[in-house]
Amino acid sequence: MNEWLDPLLLSRWQFGLTTIYHFLFVPLTIGMALTVAIFQTAWVRTDKAKYLQLTHFFGKIFLINFAMGVVTGIVQEFQFGMNWSDYSRFVGDVFGAPLAFEGITAFFLEATFIGLWIFGWDKLPKKIHLATIWLTVIGSITSAYFILAANAFMQNPVAFEMNAEKGRAELTSIGELLTNPIVLASFPHTIFACFMVSAGLIISVAAWHLARNQHFETMRPALKFGMWMMIIAGILTTLSGDQLSLIMTEVQPMKMASAEAMYVTATGANASFSIFTLGTPDGVSELFSVRIPYLLSFLSTHTFDGTVEGINNLQARYVDVYGPGDYTPTIWITYWSFRWMIGLGLAHMLVAIAGLFFTRKNAAKPARPWMWKVAIWSFPMSLLAMSVGWTFTEMGRQPWIVFGLMRTEGGISPGVTGLEILISLIVFTLLYGILAVVEFKLILKAVQKGPDDAPVLDAESGVVKQAVMVY
Amino acid sequence: MDLTILWFWIIAALFIGYFVLDGFDFGVGMSLPFLGKDDTDRRVLINTIGPVWDLNETWVIVAGAALFAAFPEWYATMFSGFYLALLLILVALILRGVSFEYRHQRPESTWKKWFDGMIIVGSAVPALLWGVAFANVVRGVKLDVNHDYIGTFFDLLNPYALLGGVTTLLLFFVHGVVFISLKTEGDIRVRARKLATRAGIVTIVVAASFLAWTTLAYGTPASAIFAALAAVALIASFLANLRGAERLAFGLMAGTIGFAVLTLFASLFPDVMPASNDPANSLTIANASSSAYTLGVMSWTALIGMPVILLYQGWTYWVFRKRIGRAHIEVAVH
Ligand code: HDD
Ligand code: HEM
Ligand code: HEM
Repeated sequence: MNEWLDPLLLSRWQFGLTTIYHFLFVPLTIGMALTVAIFQTAWVRTDKAKYLQLTHFFGKIFLINFAMGVVTGIVQEFQFGMNWSDYSRFVGDVFGAPLAFEGITAFFLEATFIGLWIFGWDKLPKKIHLATIWLTVIGSITSAYFILAANAFMQNPVAFEMNAEKGRAELTSIGELLTNPIVLASFPHTIFACFMVSAGLIISVAAWHLARNQHFETMRPALKFGMWMMIIAGILTTLSGDQLSLIMTEVQPMKMASAEAMYVTATGANASFSIFTLGTPDGVSELFSVRIPYLLSFLSTHTFDGTVEGINNLQARYVDVYGPGDYTPTIWITYWSFRWMIGLGLAHMLVAIAGLFFTRKNAAKPARPWMWKVAIWSFPMSLLAMSVGWTFTEMGRQPWIVFGLMRTEGGISPGVTGLEILISLIVFTLLYGILAVVEFKLILKAVQKGPDDAPVLDAESGVVKQAVMVY
Repeated sequence: MDLTILWFWIIAALFIGYFVLDGFDFGVGMSLPFLGKDDTDRRVLINTIGPVWDLNETWVIVAGAALFAAFPEWYATMFSGFYLALLLILVALILRGVSFEYRHQRPESTWKKWFDGMIIVGSAVPALLWGVAFANVVRGVKLDVNHDYIGTFFDLLNPYALLGGVTTLLLFFVHGVVFISLKTEGDIRVRARKLATRAGIVTIVVAASFLAWTTLAYGTPASAIFAALAAVALIASFLANLRGAERLAFGLMAGTIGFAVLTLFASLFPDVMPASNDPANSLTIANASSSAYTLGVMSWTALIGMPVILLYQGWTYWVFRKRIGRAHIEVAVH
């Protein structure tokens, strides 16, 4: 019974579950806000009805999704104090500031202007109404920056000094905190990955309609747009991911070693990247693998003769520095999540490249109908890539909650019982599960319905005449 | 002024912002069974807060984050100590938030009934529990030497705190109904005014007893003044509503809520979370706050950020200043 009520394990499950869930919606919010803003800008500049239809169509999907991002976000904000109170006491002086900045600069902006955008179609002049969606975009991207800066502190603590009397870390420079090398790389990486997710959605939706020979006027431009967005965002995600690997190896070598499940230090050609490995269940010996020589060396150091430290070495070194303990993350999770992130990302980029080729020159259909079926998988693939990427980052940090400063078990709330956490975990699991089904069905319904006819415009001002999208 | 004290009052201001703004959202949500005779009525009611509920709710996120940054110990103790109460609030806010967005997605009346129910419960639960939580903070809770809460969930349900909860519930209800009278036209507006009068009498009695209890048991001279101002504003709002001065009634309700929050914060000062078992374990402004550097950085952010925020939020309210009636709903597409 008591094993079931371990507050540490339950808190970790709850945090992982709720954050992954939150981050299923956020990438769509970030990416779709931008997409909708681009379509609306195209409409304002060209006056072509199809762009307005696309704005409304993807706007509807965006809004169904947006509500979920908001309500699951509040849970995140409260959870630091609810489940990780000792952690909050320890880092609050440093970590609270970016969260407060996020609220003041980003969430207010986003929450206010999204309301103006939804309800303002018939109340605001065209250009000002357009500005409201762009401000929403700015808000969502700013919010990502600050939350990632907070997370970067957990990966690579900077800009603090220890206050022994209070037993906590205290901020010494806000500038340094916000320019943590980790956030400078993880911010572009995450944002571009978000754009891949929304590109994935557009491709999936457009492919679904085009496979049924409907809404050709709007869905064909949408498909092209989605594919280009996927390729460009994909390239930028890859480049920034490469940069992130470099910095990560420097500040958290254990994470890189466990990404590769590499127990023994290796140099040059031996620092190979395995695409696939079959090992004994304990992970200690390898049965079969497919490897690319030099690639790991290149990823970690940007040279072909670099040395990548192995887990055994690092473990011994950490024991010297931090005292006895197990400093190795769960290897099978880090190993496979790293591969799935990169693999899925590359795979749906290829789908987009192939798609552009096969639908070139206004061909209504690609050569083979099964291609549409592949394209429809773009969206789930990109969402999965996102989730496993984060799983890698957060699980690879273990056993630390703040790297080198505080272990995860030291961060939990001493005053909260295992039973209370079990209750909340069950409540969140059920609630999120039900909402996921409802949300999925609503989005599916909106997608299948397709774009509406272009709304009526006021002849004089060109403003959309009817109030659209009121509750 | 010492930055820690400044931040104590900024936190109070952020919670005032939250309770004044999301307070009427909660009230509108709770009024559905009383004022929403049919679906069109209910849509009118929901649309009065449609463009603004999200920005109003964001105040609690900012208040929470500011609490985390300025008083990490307070944030940690309060949020872990009130674990189950906050879980209930979170569930309520989640149900309410998605319901606004989902209720109109399908035409079936059972579908809408479900979401109406969630809006009502999702508004009433936080309206009640925020009062319970803050009354407990003022009353004091059992804390150990590390400032961790050592009471149980049921310790939080004492008579004083429950009265506090009923007070916020009623205040927000009346606040919301007055807001409806200000934002709608036609029959709903008339009915809202009547409802505000009926509910107003009960509210005055309950709120006055809570304010009196607070002043007698935990009060300071400053809190007594705020309590008196809250009571005066509440009665004045009641009279204004009787005479049909809707704008004034609404402004006075906002004042009532603001002064009520100030009453609680002034009773707390200079503690932030008194320990009822041993005063030595109390969290105070001094021992719960962040370093001077962090508070300085935060002060600049607030100083530059808040005026801009108030400006564009004010503008939003101005854009949506027009009253809504049944006619608007019937022509709208969605
Ligand atoms: C569509 C999603 C996606 C795709 C295609 C990629 N990534 Fe990624 N990756 C993420 C989505 C993501 C993420 C979910 O957004 C993470 C989690 C934390 C972060 O900053 O971004 C991430 C983290 C992350 C990290 C861990 C950073 C840390 O823990 O400090 C590394 C080293 C990489 N990525 C590297 C790459 C490389 C080399 C890629 C391609 C070749 C790549 N990623 C493609
Ligand atoms: C949005 C994408 C994110 C996802 C999917 C994610 C996922 C996870 C997962 C799976 C865990 C559990 C790990 C474990 O206990 O082994 C976790 C823990 C945690 N994450 Fe994240 N995370 C994300 C972003 C963040 C950010 C931005 C922050 C901070 C600002 C953060 C802070 C934490 C904390 C405090 C814990 C709990 C302690 C721990 O287990 O280390 N996470 N996260
Ligand atoms: C564990 C860490 C996280 C916390 C504490 C957190 C907090 C929040 C909160 C409180 C909201 C609701 C905002 C509102 O009501 O308007 C929210 C929504 C959102 N969050 Fe998260 N979040 C976390 C992870 C992330 C990450 C990693 C990102 C970006 C990379 C992110 C970006 C967003 C965005 C864009 C929204 C959309 C909704 C909105 O702002 O209104 N969040 N988050």
